[in-house]
Amino acid sequence: MQTLNFQFPAVEPGRGRSLVGCVSSGDLEVLIEPGTAGRLDIQVVTSVNGSEARWEQLLQRLFSGRALPAVKIDIHDFGATPGVVRLRLEQGFEEIGHD
Amino acid sequence: MNRALNWLPNLAAGQAQAGYPASLRVIDGELDNRPARFIAVVPDAHNPFPRARAGEVGLLEGWGLAKAVSEAVEADRNTEKRAIVALIDVPSQAYGRREEALGIHQALAGAVEAYAQARLAGHPVIGLLVGKAMSGAFLAHGYQAQRLIALDDSGVMVHAMGKAAAARITLRSVDALEALAAEIPPMAYDLGSYASLGLLWRRLSVDNADSPSAADIAAVRACLAEAVRDIGQSTDLSSRLGGEHRQASRDVRARLRSQWQEA
Amino acid sequence: MTDTERLLRHRSFVELGARQRARALLDNGTFRELLGPFDRLMSPWLPRQGIVPQADDGVIIAKGKLAGRACVVAAIEGGFQGGSMGEVGGAKIAGALELAVEDNRNGIPTCAVLLLETGGVRLQEANLGLAAIAEIQAGIVELRGHQPVIGVIAGSVGCFGGMSIAAGLCSHLLVTREARLGLNGPQVIEQEAGIEEYNAGDRPFIWSFSGGEQRHACGLADAYVADDVERIREQLLQLLGQPSANRARQHAWYLQRLAQLGAEAPQLDAAAVRALYQGDAQ
Repeated sequence: MQTLNFQFPAVEPGRGRSLVGCVSSGDLEVLIEPGTAGRLDIQVVTSVNGSEARWEQLLQRLFSGRALPAVKIDIHDFGATPGVVRLRLEQGFEEIGHD
Repeated sequence: MNRALNWLPNLAAGQAQAGYPASLRVIDGELDNRPARFIAVVPDAHNPFPRARAGEVGLLEGWGLAKAVSEAVEADRNTEKRAIVALIDVPSQAYGRREEALGIHQALAGAVEAYAQARLAGHPVIGLLVGKAMSGAFLAHGYQAQRLIALDDSGVMVHAMGKAAAARITLRSVDALEALAAEIPPMAYDLGSYASLGLLWRRLSVDNADSPSAADIAAVRACLAEAVRDIGQSTDLSSRLGGEHRQASRDVRARLRSQWQEA
Repeated sequence: MTDTERLLRHRSFVELGARQRARALLDNGTFRELLGPFDRLMSPWLPRQGIVPQADDGVIIAKGKLAGRACVVAAIEGGFQGGSMGEVGGAKIAGALELAVEDNRNGIPTCAVLLLETGGVRLQEANLGLAAIAEIQAGIVELRGHQPVIGVIAGSVGCFGGMSIAAGLCSHLLVTREARLGLNGPQVIEQEAGIEEYNAGDRPFIWSFSGGEQRHACGLADAYVADDVERIREQLLQLLGQPSANRARQHAWYLQRLAQLGAEAPQLDAAAVRALYQGDAQ
């Protein structure tokens, strides 16, 4: 198990909360809630050790060129593939939009 | 060897009650000048269910415990509630095909129900751990007691699963499991770690946990009597929540209570 | 409703997560979660063993209404650690039952629904899981003296270990065809008793004993319904209005039936168990 922290610049205000997914094999849970102005903070607790570079890349790809909200994201990962991570994060953002 | 067999006749002078499966020993005696029923699950080499011959809690034992306890509750409905003492040396629940097919879970539920109803009806119920208190067997026989007393002895063990099986299920070696258990009190197999969870009311040193001396019997009887007095009018399990390593159990309840009232 | 309409409206309950299940059963708009994921009451023991925790420890507690009656739902998420009961999740269920008892004592009738998908004790929290299950059992027995406690085993994990005993204490038990109910998991029995006694790989054999249909046919469950949200809710509401079978108090009946097996109880197949347990006396 490993805990990783990432930060990205945010331009939009954070609002709403959402929870998607579950800490089951090949899946993850994502909790999104309002964070610190100007920042998007992500903490990843993952069962996969040595995966820092992979997460960094994945999040960079996912967030580049987007106007990000100032939210705090907690991820509990149980070995999800990049595709599943992307899907869950998109679902989470979608849900705070509806909150 | 089953320790309950050695303790029972000395703690409770009297004849074993008839009408129960041979794997149950039920003796009515007294405690602190109050009537008391002592109950033990013991080995029965001729048990009709072969997977329950070594003192395991199986179908007959679960339903038999239910009968032994609920008959006492019924008999005392309009009179002084006798104390009920579960003498506990139960190596496991019975693992077998007959057991699953015939609903052993329901038999054990019968025993849990009876002990819990006895407690709610005002009987002082005490679990006396003289040997193993394993998993479903302990849930059915003793874990519903208001007070748990354990002999302070290395042969007394409380756990959810034996070491070898737990190692297999959690995909660890027995060595790895033991190393982990040394640091994680709820996983440990020793009585000291179990005591740190706050579930025991008292640990009691004795000279010989296998075969008690007269002094041992006197000390345990005194402790049981003290437990009856300590129980007083209480009918719940709340005295178990104070343990050093049960902080989360308390936090959850406290925060749940405040949110419950708001919801 | 016609059969076609019913088919079109079919919504699987088993495919829902625990939180969605709780929401689907409660009256519309009444679901209020307590100690939700953002409270982050997580297992203090799993991370110390290198295991990723879940924000709600796999247990959802919600207050709400069931056909207008005050109700608390405890739903176990089978996807997280096999629905196993650890200290936090166990305390959430036990604590909710204890508060429901208090409400009833104070003149606020509150019933409970338990959505059971669990392998039993979480072995990584062993003795604290076991203790919590004893407290859940105590809570069920006490609350049942006031209001119904209904257990629902929908699948896909099933209900095993100490929590199968808890299921046996409920006022009513509702199962689907996807449900399994038993004290010991197949692998554990095979390990303890040998493959001749119990072949954990033989799925039809295992389902024939522990599947929802068989448990219902043997009188070990009260209702057997299709995996459909509306059907399960309808059945749940119906059970709420019925007197309890008080199955856990039927020791005389069960001892009498077991005695019929004689001094050497034979191995029974599913049909033989049904024959033994079907009867008017229960």
